Amino acid sequence: MKRELLKFGVFAILVLLAPLLFSGGYLMNVLVFVGINTMLAIGLNLLLGNAGQISLGHAGFFGMGAYISGILTATYAWNPWFAMPLAAVVVGLLAFLIGFPILKLKGHYLAMATLGLGIIVFIVFNETVDLTGGPSGLSGIPNLTMGSVTFDSDVKNYYLIWGFTLMIVLFAVNLANSRVGRALRAVHDSEVAAKVLGVNTSLLKVQIFTLSAVISSLAGSLYAHTMTFVAPASFGFNFSVELLTMVVIGGLGSVYGSFLGAALLTLLPEFLRAAHDYDIIIYGGLLMLMVMFMPGGLVRGVPDLFRKLFRRGKESGHA
Amino acid sequence: MIRRFFSCSAAVSVLLVCSIAFAAPPIKIGGLFAVSGPSAPLGEPERNTAKMVVDEINKAGGVNGRKLELVSYDTTGDATKALQLANKLIKDDKVTAIIGPSTTPEAMAIIPVVEKEHIPLIALAAGSKITDPVKKWVFKTAQNDSLAVSWIFEYLQKQKQSKVAILTVSTGFGSSGREQLKAQAARYGISLVFDDTFGPNDSDMTAQLTKVRASHAQALIVWGTNPGPAKIANNARQLGLKIPIFMSHGVSSKKFIELAGDAAEGIKLPSGKVIVADLLPKSDSQRKSLMAFVKDYQNHYKTEGDHFGGHAWDAVMLIKAAIERGGDTPAGIRDNLEKIKGFAGIGGTFSYSAQDHAGLGKDAFVLVEIKNRDWVLVK
Repeated sequence: MKRELLKFGVFAILVLLAPLLFSGGYLMNVLVFVGINTMLAIGLNLLLGNAGQISLGHAGFFGMGAYISGILTATYAWNPWFAMPLAAVVVGLLAFLIGFPILKLKGHYLAMATLGLGIIVFIVFNETVDLTGGPSGLSGIPNLTMGSVTFDSDVKNYYLIWGFTLMIVLFAVNLANSRVGRALRAVHDSEVAAKVLGVNTSLLKVQIFTLSAVISSLAGSLYAHTMTFVAPASFGFNFSVELLTMVVIGGLGSVYGSFLGAALLTLLPEFLRAAHDYDIIIYGGLLMLMVMFMPGGLVRGVPDLFRKLFRRGKESGHA
Repeated sequence: MIRRFFSCSAAVSVLLVCSIAFAAPPIKIGGLFAVSGPSAPLGEPERNTAKMVVDEINKAGGVNGRKLELVSYDTTGDATKALQLANKLIKDDKVTAIIGPSTTPEAMAIIPVVEKEHIPLIALAAGSKITDPVKKWVFKTAQNDSLAVSWIFEYLQKQKQSKVAILTVSTGFGSSGREQLKAQAARYGISLVFDDTFGPNDSDMTAQLTKVRASHAQALIVWGTNPGPAKIANNARQLGLKIPIFMSHGVSSKKFIELAGDAAEGIKLPSGKVIVADLLPKSDSQRKSLMAFVKDYQNHYKTEGDHFGGHAWDAVMLIKAAIERGGDTPAGIRDNLEKIKGFAGIGGTFSYSAQDHAGLGKDAFVLVEIKNRDWVLVK
């Protein structure tokens, strides 16, 4: 446990110091999105990596958080700090209710059901024009404020978003090492065995699904208040898949892996932009290589790579 | 001593040469175009045209002795990406003005940034709400959809048809059109007897069209971009739906006629003048710009230029005109844009003012009909 705290401390310090290096530039803005995506990836990873339940509908929860917060503040002039928790509660309740029938399903069927959920939510965003502004989006969402500080610049947003992200990292690390975390991993390995050992598996699965949805909703609300604009296109099926890719590339079941995956998938397209029209091909190729040669994700693959290189170096030194 | 004098003068002359070479760094213009993704049919001609026009301006010696430099990025039609890239253009590339993005949601997403950073934006999307209400730093070149709607309604009023069915696509373009259709119907004594939507990727619209038939509408208005409207045209023909069909300027390209084939015959739509440039009377003030653009695009890209490219042409030329009036800073360009009057471009004749950042009148459109797989003007 002490080691975990130490790891978290190092991570938090790195995060807090990063703006000293990148301040002022465009990268700062991208790092804000890395924070939001990290939150989302951790949320999904709790479900997929720890409990072994897939979801292809998480962009829907993300979008619901964004829209509920956005509509309450932009249309009904609520205080964002009240809209955010309300959005989280509504999304959590919804996830809890539909969790029971949906999580009875397994494998491909669960993937299909959550995929359907995501698509229904996406259609609702598009069709309820009077409420959501439809496909052309909802504008005029206010920034968050704290006392006299308005979070309206990249640096301020960076600390706001990463403050929340760090809290979620700490929470997820603790959860994974708790009794609940062990029960989740038991469900992951064998649901029957977990049941035999006295774990209420169906309730536990629904609870973790709900938690995952609440985290996504929170990320969505924060997204809405930093962007000050939301449109349905950001919450489509593609984004659900992108989140899944972040989790898998980063490392299933690892909190810091989620961060690595989110950071890589958010930053890589920015660096590849230099390659102009070929960026999509390089991006796809890199992802394929990573899945092929780092099946454990970045969080295991990168240290392995270093170890291999180091050992080879040592051997040649001996020879 | 003499040697020293020579080395000094050499240094000075080197400095002089350098200062001439660097006297006027290029004016950077940012471009945000949806080159890939679902809006690629808009973004690609826009980017191509912007590149072409900037190259030509530079070949001709630039503007007021300064070259232009286009820094363009692909937004993939996603509002989040558009916002990030707008930030990149402003903070990293330090552009003086921005052209784009291609779609209304993207434009709405980046408006807060350009307003805050004080960078003039010329949007290429059609949604009326981009410049209504007027935002200090935001202009647009795409014709407002409200103008297109009034063309159709005026025609229907003349034909004494008052019961109309509308089908709109569920994208930003469609929902903006639907708003305008519903808002203006009463003014022309038209009642919308049927109102439904279709998905941008739906492959069969028979269900909606059957309901259109049951509604006893006298005419059908379809608001969408390719390929949906072409499928509607085909389905309507298969169902034997006889009422006249009107479409939006969203399909005013040869691509639509290709997709719909014979089913396109007799369909009428309001359109920018690009597609009928050669049919326009000699007296039309836009004729010169239009012919030049069409010929240029054909030479460069071996395909016909459309009104999407036209929006980019207008945007670059308007910025050029603003710089020529003596403003090459963001604020200078913005102020001069508001002073532009009677600029005959591709999308229409632009006259911006402090109250109007869309700049176009009703003459930006003409009503065209599809006959023998080609466009003819409706008188």
